[in-house]
Amino acid sequence: MTCDKCNKPAVVHEVTIKGGKKAEIHLCSEHAAEAGFVVAQPAGTINQLLKQFVISQGAAAAGAASKKACPDCGMTFAQFRKTGTLGCTQCYESFEEELSLLIERAQNGGTHHIGKRPARAGRVGVDRQLEVRRLVRELDRAVAAEQYERAAEIRDRLNMLEPEIEEDLQSRAAPRAADQ
Amino acid sequence: MRDSSGWLEHSGPDSDVVLSCRARLARNVAGFPFVCKASPAQRTELMSLARRAILDSHLEETMLWVELNQATPRDRKLLVERHLISSQLAEGDAPRAVAVSGNESLSVMVNEEDHLRIQVLMAGSQIQGAFARVNEVDEALDQRLEFAFSQRYGYVTACPTNVGTGLRLSVMVHLPALKLTGEIERLRRASKELHLAVRGYFGEGSESVGDFYQISNQVTLGQTEEQLLSEFRDQIVPQLIEYERASRTVLRERRERLLDDRVFRALGLLQNVRLLGLDEAMKLLSRVRLGAHTGRITGIEAGAIDRLLPQIQAAHLQQIAGAQLGAEELKEARADLVRRTLA
Repeated sequence: MTCDKCNKPAVVHEVTIKGGKKAEIHLCSEHAAEAGFVVAQPAGTINQLLKQFVISQGAAAAGAASKKACPDCGMTFAQFRKTGTLGCTQCYESFEEELSLLIERAQNGGTHHIGKRPARAGRVGVDRQLEVRRLVRELDRAVAAEQYERAAEIRDRLNMLEPEIEEDLQSRAAPRAADQ
Repeated sequence: MRDSSGWLEHSGPDSDVVLSCRARLARNVAGFPFVCKASPAQRTELMSLARRAILDSHLEETMLWVELNQATPRDRKLLVERHLISSQLAEGDAPRAVAVSGNESLSVMVNEEDHLRIQVLMAGSQIQGAFARVNEVDEALDQRLEFAFSQRYGYVTACPTNVGTGLRLSVMVHLPALKLTGEIERLRRASKELHLAVRGYFGEGSESVGDFYQISNQVTLGQTEEQLLSEFRDQIVPQLIEYERASRTVLRERRERLLDDRVFRALGLLQNVRLLGLDEAMKLLSRVRLGAHTGRITGIEAGAIDRLLPQIQAAHLQQIAGAQLGAEELKEARADLVRRTLA
């Protein structure tokens, strides 16, 4: 049986009998979601889930979300929707709102990781990892632009985060300052 | 590369239904964007980091490192046919590689969809074994690489469908009886409820040629690795095996003539054809495999059929022939190989 609105197979069938008259509605999963039917969805492929998500959000909200971009890698939500893959670790945070429902559905209700952790996870969480790397890149840029005061500030912030890295950084900043 | 994979030399447990099993972990290195957003320079750096980590870990006695851009198209296809890399990794010209162990049980893809895809293949239903080994490898690499990890989402992956444990467990199963009795549709529906992905022999997007199916878990987040393993190893796979075996018993007891006709008709063809296409080969081999495992055919070792499956594919045939083969020549070569093996 095909959907009333398109040619796809219908998965939702509603039969109403009112006053002796029978009315039937047959809809595919996308048109059903659009019409507000809550369809128990098995975890489909990421592309199927993305399609449903977009439809359930409505064009306006989805449009606004599409423009969002990740500051670290530049991936936009629209690109993610097209390809089904994210650009970097930070994307999970940049698109947190949109992703959390999507992930919950894709993962059969799973929302948090409860399994094993990498050996280093205890020492440096991802937020720290990202922050450290972002600061290191900023530091390199500041040094390259000869903004040595700014570089010193960044280095101080890094000192607070990762004492072990400090030595490495000092050797980065020092030789170039000496070139002046 | 050898004639056929070392790990497939000996059939594993439950090989009447389960040809092989696979445990796979997806990992990304911290401080780099995912592969799709990584520049060629970053990808090259990642490859070098991965290579160092893998070789320094001494994971196996011998590890072969293959940079895909330096491999011939035939070699790339050979790797795909042996299930060591995906067709996605074989394509393109970006910096990417694969590390393969001597017996081809372990393979680590570098720069496919994620920075690292660690895979262990084993014959039969040795799911526990594959799982244990893939974890050993993960822990060894963890000592030398910093994996991208989120407090909330666990091991972060390019696709949210892999996030969390990044663990995909799968089995390659042979379900000819369920197909013949028409029960295979119930299995497909049940798989959706159970959050299992069902794919054909050739992987994502392929048809289930020859009644071979790849069945894997879809959920990777919200459960521990042990929970995922336990459900797959102790419930899903044993049930699947039970259903197929029960169907085979029904066939043997109530539809013996139908079973025999299918099996011997296929055997007759395979022992006599001069030109054989891949699809037809898989279908006929599937019947003969069923015949061997239900005792209808004696004198043909079922393992030989499993080893034939990669060998009847294009790159393998060309490797054996030592030359490029056109479409017709492939059919000839395939027919010759099959006749020789089943004589």
